Amino acid sequence: VRLRVGDLSRNEFRSHLERAGIGVVIGPFPVKIQARVKGLADPLQHLYRDFPVLDLDRVFAMHLLLEERRRSLGLSRRLVRFSVDGIVPHEDLPAEQALAVLEWGINLVIAFRFHSFLMLHSAVVERHGKALLLPAWPGHGKTTLCTALVHRGWRLLSDEFGLLRQGTTQLVPIPRPMPLKNESIGIIRKFAPEAELGPEIPNTRKGTVAHVRPPSASVIGADEYASPGWIVFPRWVKDAPLILEEAGGAETFMMLATNAFNYEMLGEDAYKSVRDLVDAATSFRMVYSDLDEALSAIDALADGDGAGERQAN
Amino acid sequence: MLWLMAMARVNDKPTEVVRHLLSTGLENPVSLCALTSAELDLTLRVARRASVMGYLAHRLRESGRLNELPQAAIDQLDSAAVDAHARSRVVSWEENRIDWALGDVENYPVVLLKGAAYLALELPNAPGRLLSDLDLLVPENKLRDAEERLDSRGWQFGELTPYDDRYYRLWSHELPPLRHVERETEVDLHHTILQPTSRLSPPATLLFEDARPVPGIRFYVLSPIDMVLHAMTHLFFDGEIADSLRDLLDIDIMLRHFAEREEAFWERIWPRAEELDLTRPTFYGLRYSNRLLGTPVPDYVLRKSYAGAPPAPVRRFMDFLVPKALFPQHPDKPGRWSSLARFLLYIRSHWIRMPPLLLARHLSVKFYVRHLKGRVSRLRPERKSATAGP
Repeated sequence: VRLRVGDLSRNEFRSHLERAGIGVVIGPFPVKIQARVKGLADPLQHLYRDFPVLDLDRVFAMHLLLEERRRSLGLSRRLVRFSVDGIVPHEDLPAEQALAVLEWGINLVIAFRFHSFLMLHSAVVERHGKALLLPAWPGHGKTTLCTALVHRGWRLLSDEFGLLRQGTTQLVPIPRPMPLKNESIGIIRKFAPEAELGPEIPNTRKGTVAHVRPPSASVIGADEYASPGWIVFPRWVKDAPLILEEAGGAETFMMLATNAFNYEMLGEDAYKSVRDLVDAATSFRMVYSDLDEALSAIDALADGDGAGERQAN
Repeated sequence: MLWLMAMARVNDKPTEVVRHLLSTGLENPVSLCALTSAELDLTLRVARRASVMGYLAHRLRESGRLNELPQAAIDQLDSAAVDAHARSRVVSWEENRIDWALGDVENYPVVLLKGAAYLALELPNAPGRLLSDLDLLVPENKLRDAEERLDSRGWQFGELTPYDDRYYRLWSHELPPLRHVERETEVDLHHTILQPTSRLSPPATLLFEDARPVPGIRFYVLSPIDMVLHAMTHLFFDGEIADSLRDLLDIDIMLRHFAEREEAFWERIWPRAEELDLTRPTFYGLRYSNRLLGTPVPDYVLRKSYAGAPPAPVRRFMDFLVPKALFPQHPDKPGRWSSLARFLLYIRSHWIRMPPLLLARHLSVKFYVRHLKGRVSRLRPERKSATAGP
């Protein structure tokens, strides 16, 4: 039986976090987090409740440190400094945003450091062993849709990264807290009252952010890869009627490739991976305004309609 | 002074550990497979900082033993190799485009310097090396021609203050970096290998005389000895030394490589250093490559190189400073002494590049622009080093 973050007492967790650091498994990455920021330990422990704890005697993918700093001049505003392996990649931010700073920091480090994966910019969920990719530009409702899906029976692989190891089309899960922004927070509270949210963090560079705890089953099942099933490009448009139409292979290819984090860096290998992925999946464009409608349409795809259509071709 | 150095030795245990791990790892990358998890973890963290992760990855792959390491290590090493490979692809393409842009200039050689040269010659230090820009050497009187040809085909100077522009043109050995408007790759055009205001003045004509064409492409490279001397000069006379372990590794690998292949390499290296007026950086290069990375330099060459050594107290002080600055700091326990060493070598790097009055003037203009006019200016073109990202 693996020890999980939620098995530690509140004090144990806090003292690990503040002293030597705590090792956690985040998808394929063993991560060490040290944080000495007031008010961070409790929400962090809540959001990472189901994540396996690691002993510290190992190779970590990253060593993260969050520390409080005080601005030397003017009002003594509390700031938080994020550093990774002793390097500070960006300026200090308000200490109240520590949780968001940590989550964005992890994204940043993954995107810079792990070119052993092709990193698509996409939410990924799974049902019946098949992955659904939701690649989208910021503001198109990727995280909201993903959060809604994982509270309706889909398994969360990631709300941000579609990870593929070179030479395969299997999607590697990296479930993590999902950052809802602004109006999405209220929408999800209403849509899925059972969703567990961390504190609302106002005034970040993306507005108000609140993180949703990833469902336990998704975190516990994070070792199971998923084969590609469907690729849906969602776009939220106010009051628009639902449209779900099949997208062409070339279009899908271009959208995935140009939106990936490291397509150019991987060169030919990335080309092959995206090509094989597009070949293996059925692709759609979706315009939606109502979450329930969107979910019904997606569920219908998963329950056979969409996939059947493709096989008939 | 001696007291200070003794104090530092006692107080800098983490730095010593880092130095030991990295120098053994670089000399024999396969030894990584025998480290404890904690040691391997620390080695990888500092290897990343020293920009030698790609090199380790390449050597471990070559030995077929990469897969013995834990997955978290393999992922980081693989990633570094992918990154390095991608950058070398970018640089090769840029070379191709420059070839096109220069058109039919047959009357002067265009010499690839540093990383691009290592890559073109497929030297053993090239794989896994993180290239960021392309350095070219052209004869001084052809500089404007080369610049115009590139300028008319899409490479442009970034925004420069009038002071910076003047600084480059009057006192520097390179033009301000040219950047292609679409690809954003940086190209530095040099007419010699050291700043004209520097304490040393290697005659560029001698470099061109010995330059060799690269088979199959239009570019030239420096002769093997000149290439090593240039690397030594770049490390010890054109930069701040801090965090430049990668540059020392280049020197180490090239010395080993050329010594085996070039006729009378060791016999010729010192006379050439004298001829080029590069005895001081050559002394340092041979000394620290030998001491810190175990490069097998023949005794008689080391002895001869003392002719280029600074006075004994300075030498001892450099022996103290250089390893501290060159090796990365322990990521969790940055030593105060290492920081001091870095600061002192930073001061030195300016001191040797310009005469005192010019330096005073340069630094005061820079200080005024940076702190009093409230905007950041570009003292030197910041190299986007591999360590810039997290």
